[in-house]
Amino acid sequence: MEKPLTQHIKNDNTWLSLKDYEKTGGYQALRKALKLNPEDVTKEVKESGLKGRGGAGFSTGMKWGFVPLGEDVPTPKYFVVNGDEMEPGSFKDRLLLEGNPHQLLEGMIIGAYAIQAQFAYVFLRWAYHQAARAITRAIEEAYEAGYLGKNIAGSDFQLDASLHVSVGRYMCGEETGLLNALEGKRANPRSKPPFPGVSGLFGKPTVVNNVETLCNVPHIIANGAGWFKSLSKTDEGGTKIYGASGRVKKPGLWELPLGVSLREILQEHAGGMQDDFQFKGVLPGGGSTDFLTGDHMDVTMDYAGVGKAGSRLGTGTLIVLDDKTCPVGMVLNLERFFAQESCGWCTPCREGLPWTAKTLEAIENGKGEMKDLDILNFQTRYMSPGNTYCALAPGAMEPLQSALKYFKEDFEKHIHEHKCPWKKE
Amino acid sequence: MTTQNNISEEIKKEIEEIYQHFPQKSAACIEGLKVIQKHHRWVSDEAVKELAQILEMSPDAIDSVATFYSLIFRKPVGRHVILVCDSVSCWMMDYEKIAGYLKNKLSIDFGETTKDDRFTLLTIPCLGTCDRAPAMMVDEDLHRDLTTDKIDEILKNYE
Repeated sequence: MEKPLTQHIKNDNTWLSLKDYEKTGGYQALRKALKLNPEDVTKEVKESGLKGRGGAGFSTGMKWGFVPLGEDVPTPKYFVVNGDEMEPGSFKDRLLLEGNPHQLLEGMIIGAYAIQAQFAYVFLRWAYHQAARAITRAIEEAYEAGYLGKNIAGSDFQLDASLHVSVGRYMCGEETGLLNALEGKRANPRSKPPFPGVSGLFGKPTVVNNVETLCNVPHIIANGAGWFKSLSKTDEGGTKIYGASGRVKKPGLWELPLGVSLREILQEHAGGMQDDFQFKGVLPGGGSTDFLTGDHMDVTMDYAGVGKAGSRLGTGTLIVLDDKTCPVGMVLNLERFFAQESCGWCTPCREGLPWTAKTLEAIENGKGEMKDLDILNFQTRYMSPGNTYCALAPGAMEPLQSALKYFKEDFEKHIHEHKCPWKKE
Repeated sequence: MTTQNNISEEIKKEIEEIYQHFPQKSAACIEGLKVIQKHHRWVSDEAVKELAQILEMSPDAIDSVATFYSLIFRKPVGRHVILVCDSVSCWMMDYEKIAGYLKNKLSIDFGETTKDDRFTLLTIPCLGTCDRAPAMMVDEDLHRDLTTDKIDEILKNYE
């Protein structure tokens, strides 16, 4: 089984230096890309089927294709790496940032070449201090070796890059919120269109890609779109870094062919549930995805498969709910998070999320009424896609709407018994 | 505890170096706040006003940014800042027990600083180490697979 993204990552908490990375064939893909037309680089990535690994799952090649090329286009253009990774339950990009920073930089430089950008930023969340050290050093090494700066690898291409370490807020992971943060502003989302490919950072054409997404790019350029497609179990292409947290025997991260079953991840890789704990449900791709249950074990963990089951692949990191944890309490924890992290820009999100959290809090504390369930169901429609500028509120509704569907009895039990059945007296 | 943290010439130079890299000075707002906090641990009203002058912005515009970001501190903090992850994976793995233990041990609630100015206790949504929950960060050090016993040992290292 091929593991292009993680095969060279060491277990000793150190990262691959430039020298180590070059020994694994590193920066050969960049040299190859620089000999192609930018359009052909984008075409190869488009044909590979690579989709965004940050949650939204949009075609990477298509995103690059939106950026205008040629002489009479706005400059400078920007290429931005989204390393904010603040989705609850997600920790996969950390591995790539800390373990192999040059793989990410190579993907970033190739992407910047494809859209003919002049500046690149790595946007990193504050908590990833080790990653900040790795990326800072890797950028220095890349400049020293001529992979950044003028005449990259002997070509006419020029690119400058720097690291921006964020100071908190989930909103920074949202593409346009991130751009506002990079401009030194509050991380409010922007209305789309225009999309960043046309008007992004400082109003110039910009691409924002997730860390894992970009780490795939050098391998696609080196080995071709056909090879990439052959890696996955289904026809979507590539591998995926899956993860699991919660009461499983072996929580962790695994690079597997895209499209393995939920059962395989949970049973074979996460080792099944801990003794004395039963599986009750799972958020398949971070805090803002719909629950799946025991009936979904054969779901293929790719974009189409999870979508068909009524949820989203999201970040591909599973949050496992066990039978000894209250599902209402879990959803309350999530909605408190979303309410806290709402930037307040749109009314449904600013008002609806605290209302949702308070309603859940009442139910969890035994003060709920049956009509509260109607209110919660109303909220899931009120904050559904299309009513807000960004995906925060619709994402927040995904665990709630599915919990109301799959764990309805548990909600009702709280209301009828006037207490949380999971709380010890 | 410092109540005034004016911007020294050194800090000013650092901020001026940063805005050279952006098409407009205001883009260095977050970076400027970070520089001030690096030197003073928090950002005072006085510092906001001085940063506003350097970046040719209004103090309100600076403050709207400063108060938006959870890791810019607009109130004094202790010598060490403890950030306890209260996000979903940690919550499922006994966050409440860990949080209760810390509050009790330090005799403060979240958002407060110990009387000896040693620790400020805050929550943080997700530290990105969900497979090793529960987790907390003290200053820049990540501590995972927490137990109450471990907390006693960990805190000894921060005087």
